[in-house]
Amino acid sequence: MLGALTLLLLFQLAGEVLVQALALPVPGPVVGMALLLTMLVLRGGVPQPLSDTANGVLSHLSILFVPGGVGVMLYLPRLREEWLPIVASLVLGTLLTLTATALVLRALHRRQQDKEPRP
Amino acid sequence: MSGRLGHIWVYLAASPLLWLTLTLIAYQGATWVSRRLDHHPLANPVLLSVALLMLVLRLTDTPYPIYFDGAQFVHFLLGPATVALAVPLYQHFERLRRMWLPLVVTLVAGSALAAASAYGIATALGASREVALSLAPKSATMPIAMGISEKIGGIPSLTAVFVVLTGIFGAVVGVWLLERLGCRDDAIKGFAIGLTSHGIGTARAFQISPLAGAFSGLAMGLNGLMTAVLVPLGAHWLNH
Repeated sequence: MLGALTLLLLFQLAGEVLVQALALPVPGPVVGMALLLTMLVLRGGVPQPLSDTANGVLSHLSILFVPGGVGVMLYLPRLREEWLPIVASLVLGTLLTLTATALVLRALHRRQQDKEPRP
Repeated sequence: MSGRLGHIWVYLAASPLLWLTLTLIAYQGATWVSRRLDHHPLANPVLLSVALLMLVLRLTDTPYPIYFDGAQFVHFLLGPATVALAVPLYQHFERLRRMWLPLVVTLVAGSALAAASAYGIATALGASREVALSLAPKSATMPIAMGISEKIGGIPSLTAVFVVLTGIFGAVVGVWLLERLGCRDDAIKGFAIGLTSHGIGTARAFQISPLAGAFSGLAMGLNGLMTAVLVPLGAHWLNH
């Protein structure tokens, strides 16, 4: 587990260094994720400890959002001031995105399946 | 509080130990409640623990920065967790390869719509520029969204709040809405929920099935990448 955690941090570090060095427009951890994915594809498999640690971290993903979420208390005055555009943007934007994503993917997936020869 | 007890409180309240421990306890309590209520969407563990911790901070008169000083050890793990997304992405690489074209088209459309609708609706209803820009990356996972917000002139910590609210809202209404739309495929449900409401949605998607969870994690990872590319481009375009 310690080795796997070190590996995750190393890839994040490599991502951060690349982002800084090349002035990339993406956050460091995302570049780290892309690098790790590339390594896994090249290697052709996930080492068991890495798979265990990654799945462990990801199964508790929700708690990682809690400290940032509590920060809502800092912005209560601002949220009250602009509550209508904020609530509308969050609610309508989310409903719209959920709907469009599901419908587009379903339509495209059906078309793809229709084209494939059935066994 | 007076005397000895007061001293102990003053000492503990200033140390990371107390707030780190309370964050973990609040989350475990919230998870327990959520399980007792049979994972009712409104009993979302993030929503419950955030509400509980805000109450504790209010009652003890603790400023947020003091709390965050301790809780940042949890927050920090968002970085390695983002890197760890490479593992489920790899594990579903075969399916990803087979479905790549529908997934890529949906990803670009969904990602662009998530950011454009958030920014557009807020601006149309009179939000300040800062708030509208902070809303744009709200569907991306937190470390990515905060990074983008900083780059385009939003307020990263306000974006963090919007990310959490979007995640909770998507997790609460997602399954219900998708079933109303007649969506029966768990892979599609998961992809839509993960793209829209990142990690909090993914935790919800894992309750539907492992397949929904995997596709949700996949959509979260890909949407993080896509938002990181599209939103700075869009903001650049808006400025010219």
